[in-house]
Amino acid sequence: MKSSSDDVLHEMTETLESLAKKGVSRRDFMKFCTGMAALLALPASFIPKIAEAVTGGKKPILVWLEYQDCAGDTEALLRVTKPTVGQLILDILSVDYHETIMAPSGFQAEKSLRDVVENHKGNYLVVVEGSIPMKDDGVYCCIGGRSAVDLAREVCGNALATIAVGTCATYGGIPAASPNPTGAVGVKEAVPNATVINLPGCPANAENISATIVHYLTFGKLPSTDKLGRPYFAYGKRIHDNCERRGHFDAGQFARQWGDEGHRQGWCLYEMGCKGPETFHNCPTIKYNEGTSWPVQAGHGCIGCSEPSFWDTMSPFYKRLPKVPGFGVESTADKVGAGLAAATAAGILAHGIGRAIKPRKEEGGE
Amino acid sequence: MEEQRTRKYVWEFPVRLTHWINALSILALSFTGLYIGMPFIHATSPDQYIMGWMRLVHFIAAYTFMMSIIIRSYWSLMGNRYASFKIFFPFSIRKLGDMLEELKFYLLISRKPPSITGHTALGGLTMLIVWVIFIFEIISGFALYSVTHSGAVWTILGGWLVGIMYLPTIRLYHHLLMYVILAFTLVHIYIVWYSTSSEKNGLMASILSGYKFVTGKEQDI
Repeated sequence: MKSSSDDVLHEMTETLESLAKKGVSRRDFMKFCTGMAALLALPASFIPKIAEAVTGGKKPILVWLEYQDCAGDTEALLRVTKPTVGQLILDILSVDYHETIMAPSGFQAEKSLRDVVENHKGNYLVVVEGSIPMKDDGVYCCIGGRSAVDLAREVCGNALATIAVGTCATYGGIPAASPNPTGAVGVKEAVPNATVINLPGCPANAENISATIVHYLTFGKLPSTDKLGRPYFAYGKRIHDNCERRGHFDAGQFARQWGDEGHRQGWCLYEMGCKGPETFHNCPTIKYNEGTSWPVQAGHGCIGCSEPSFWDTMSPFYKRLPKVPGFGVESTADKVGAGLAAATAAGILAHGIGRAIKPRKEEGGE
Repeated sequence: MEEQRTRKYVWEFPVRLTHWINALSILALSFTGLYIGMPFIHATSPDQYIMGWMRLVHFIAAYTFMMSIIIRSYWSLMGNRYASFKIFFPFSIRKLGDMLEELKFYLLISRKPPSITGHTALGGLTMLIVWVIFIFEIISGFALYSVTHSGAVWTILGGWLVGIMYLPTIRLYHHLLMYVILAFTLVHIYIVWYSTSSEKNGLMASILSGYKFVTGKEQDI
């Protein structure tokens, strides 16, 4: 018992020393652990447990796969300005394969992926970024001569768990937008038997990626999820309900045009088509780039990027309601409604006139 | 010339009550719903609570409307023959024939007014369609409401729809069908006025008193 706690202490000291060489102080590290506890809605008593888990001997192997994507999630994770969140996690994990940042290429690169799958079967984590095309046997995305769906079935199917990051990997995202020429789907749909947790968003928030991994390291399992496979700690609350501009919504203060008085005053962007009322994400509380800002704070409405089929169902992004199907591109619900009202009034008027004319005719005839 | 008409009790109290609760709640729901969809009144100071009040009124009116629909649906099982659910399913051969005649009358082709005490076949069918729209409005409304109100009650009342349709799509149809209901309201009032003035049956006032003036030759269905 004593020796094992000594081991933990030793490992912890070692990790902290190696972090200190990279400019992460002990204080920074504890801030990170505290932040993670807060993000996962854990009490303060869990902070030491997180510190222990993160610096402990377990060094889970992680492979990062990219399919139909823009590498935006990789960018979001790598471009964090301070080496606290993303990089810390990447240091703690053993990242054996990452198409964008790995040193080897060609056969050597594919070999390292194959080695992970063969040697650590059922014991490694996979992060998937980008959607998987299913149409025409998945020929629209191939890596090393194998289709994305074929690779995903093997790599994700044999993994301990798969973390799908970004809206493309979770629900198909922009590649899956109508007419979806490549038949793009998310990981869970392409590999139904894999254990998948979804972290949608465009990009997925690096803090949420870290927190999911920290949760796994601390508790040995993935956080609980909703029906769409998203962890409750990050996607359990609606943007609209935690929005800093919510007070302006309830009061009735709205920006009505970009750059108008209301917009400059930071009023609610509801009339400008903000999709906060339809979107579940922790953007208002966690924000992006280490809590610097998020779309609504920057004066732009939410476009609902972390919801399934957001490109088709949330657009037009600057209108409250979607287009009316079957009508022209510019048709809005209110134009159709006004047309319906006018048609009704015209119908009634025509009927009234018809009735006024007809008896007179018959009287003349009699 | 004028046929002798007698006073006949047609619309029972629950029918008249739910009619007016529906009318008032539809007005309140449409006004506040239009505001929620496109806020046309703007606050001048942050201590106002316009959207807050609009939403509160919308939700209270929604519950009232739902209760009214429940009462009226119950009364279609318990009430008299003019309130019965049977008149809302005019699909017998005879009633379909009646419907054609009525359509001719309303399109000014024929001059023979439908001679029926309660709802005409066409009126019954219209009410069935309107009832279905009402039910969709209630379900879609509670689907949108369930987004912030977790609990079995709201899941049963409409939350299940969120698993089938996307939220913006639900919002769109919830909004569009309001216009259909408003268009129906205009046609409804006009037809009642037209029937009242062309048949001298006191239909307009009957929704207050319950009594219509009938000749006795009407089909009593």
